[in-house]
Amino acid sequence: MNHIQSRTVVLPQRNIDTDQIIPARFLKVTDKVGLGKNVFCDWRYLPDGKPNPEFILNQAAAADAHILVAGDNFGCGSSREHAPWALVDFGFKAIVSTSIADIFRNNALKNGLLPIVVSPEIHAELLGAPGANLEIRLDEQVLIFPSGKRVSFEIDRFSRHCLMNGVDELGFLLGCEPHISAFEARRA
Amino acid sequence: MSETPETLFEKIWKSHLVMPESTDTPAILYVDLHLIHEVTSPQAFGVLKSRGLKVRRPNLTTATVDHSIPTTPPNVDGSRVFADEMAKAQVEKLEANCREHGIAFHGQGSPTQGIVHVIGPELGLTQPGCVVVCGDSHTATHGAFGALAFGIGTSEVGHVLATQCLLQRRPKTMRVNVDGKLSAGVGAKDIILAIIQKLGFGGGTGFVLEYTGQAIRDLSMEGRMTVCNMSIEAGARAGLISPDETTFAYLKGRPHSPSGKAWDEAIEKWKRLATEEGARFDAEVHVDVSALAPMLTFGTNPSQSIAISENIPSPEKLVGADRETLAKALDYMGLKAGKPIAGQKIDVVFIGSCTNSRISDLREAAQVFKGRKVADSVRALVVPGSEAVKKQAEAEGLDFIFKAAGAQWREPGCSMCIAMNGDQLSPGQYAVSTSNRNFEGRQGKGGRTFLASPLTAAAAAISGKLVDPRLLK
Ligand code: SF4
Repeated sequence: MNHIQSRTVVLPQRNIDTDQIIPARFLKVTDKVGLGKNVFCDWRYLPDGKPNPEFILNQAAAADAHILVAGDNFGCGSSREHAPWALVDFGFKAIVSTSIADIFRNNALKNGLLPIVVSPEIHAELLGAPGANLEIRLDEQVLIFPSGKRVSFEIDRFSRHCLMNGVDELGFLLGCEPHISAFEARRA
Repeated sequence: MSETPETLFEKIWKSHLVMPESTDTPAILYVDLHLIHEVTSPQAFGVLKSRGLKVRRPNLTTATVDHSIPTTPPNVDGSRVFADEMAKAQVEKLEANCREHGIAFHGQGSPTQGIVHVIGPELGLTQPGCVVVCGDSHTATHGAFGALAFGIGTSEVGHVLATQCLLQRRPKTMRVNVDGKLSAGVGAKDIILAIIQKLGFGGGTGFVLEYTGQAIRDLSMEGRMTVCNMSIEAGARAGLISPDETTFAYLKGRPHSPSGKAWDEAIEKWKRLATEEGARFDAEVHVDVSALAPMLTFGTNPSQSIAISENIPSPEKLVGADRETLAKALDYMGLKAGKPIAGQKIDVVFIGSCTNSRISDLREAAQVFKGRKVADSVRALVVPGSEAVKKQAEAEGLDFIFKAAGAQWREPGCSMCIAMNGDQLSPGQYAVSTSNRNFEGRQGKGGRTFLASPLTAAAAAISGKLVDPRLLK
């Protein structure tokens, strides 16, 4: 993964917690399949089960959008990895906010969902332009606006390496076996 | 004493480094205790299976079931009525995974089953200086013992199962000084709600909090667990408390606590863990609790709280996103700005969860229920945190007090804290809950939650509305 180009979908609410992203009643699964149909379930569907036409994810603007711009403190609350699984299953590849909760960020990075933190000014600009066509280049760590404006973002070096080269973290850890054994021997 | 004074966090971090971090790679941190439950583990075992991996140290992992299990009494044949087939399948999956990999499993019906954050300490598995992880954001509860305890995702559950290690960047540290002496009727839950209000909902993001100060020292282990439990509600990675005599007294004689000579050695080691005078933190805050009153949340995140004597805040006094956030919360809660919160009618009271389901919580609630009746309009549930808590409560006759008052006395589990097992609010209902999250729909779609202490929750059950428990007639 290096390059994402897509329109944005904007959910300006602050503090979107993982219970909103995927309510607990959908956590009884023992696999990861098909969670996308219930992402933001309680906002997305009306009491009769029909899609709520007012909700952005049910609108044409959201079709094929890979970038979600959300309010401050996105992904707070429960550690459920079902949240990034559901977002990825829906089609999102990046989340942009002013702050992203720790556990959610960790989980997102392990599922090819890029958590991008921007300044309040840039965030305001994105909130004000829903549907803007944005480009994200992970190698250069930049967001490119339709105007050509480039905004750089920070990302952990290791996470970037893993995302760009398809390195899986479990594989990396397994490769450190001699160190783990040595540590265990030291402590015994 | 080391040369540069160190924090408790630094000591634990350093002693668990398999490999230190560099700019290119995170640290590899060794895990002493891995707790698992039915909801966040199946996919992790799935990864092990698909890659042909074994659990590296099955004896360092402990499993229980809590989230999706029924808390209604078993059938005469001992079977349970699950909310649905999926919940049942999930519980069976965990049992099968544990059997296959040789992991200790505390299943329903076992005398050691309970909410994962209640049984860890109860069994003496949680010990000072340990690294404790669980696929659950309230793992910080175990920090009350001076352990570094934090929640992880399911991928990481797989990492720990396969390697007993985690890849971690070192978090920042914040000292939360809690000064003053609590007045009667005010407790640990009120303290942590006040702290979260002060830090803000995301104010602890990236930090490990260390709670210190007289008010923390004065708390029992149960109270300290209540405080550490909700660290995540300020966004913090973990929350911990330097161990002291209170910690050691709690641990003495627990099934997994060291005994004999090993106990004396452990105490010597644990005594050296406390944060040293002059140790540096990346941030520091002070909260004085001497004038603290019982606290309640009024909104849809745990930082939106006020004292029971206060009025619901007004969005008009705020600007921009702050105003919108508050207005949206009040709209969901169906509450009017400027009105006193006391007097608000309620429908359900839930006393339970990993925040407040321990024996001291139940004793507090029972004090209020004793000789009184739950209001006719209220459905009250008391759900002990574990089989051991249930047994103890029954030995003390607390179950009779609850039942005589008209409250339901349940089997241990998460129950209405997360509403996965059928215990839930109906749309629009108001609940006073001793749990930790008042998010939209957390206790059932459309349900509205006021978070409070066991005392405040019990007083509301009797009154049918929000009241100051200190004024209950
Ligand atoms: S009681 Fe609630 S918060 Fe605690 S572990 Fe269970 S579901 Fe999570």
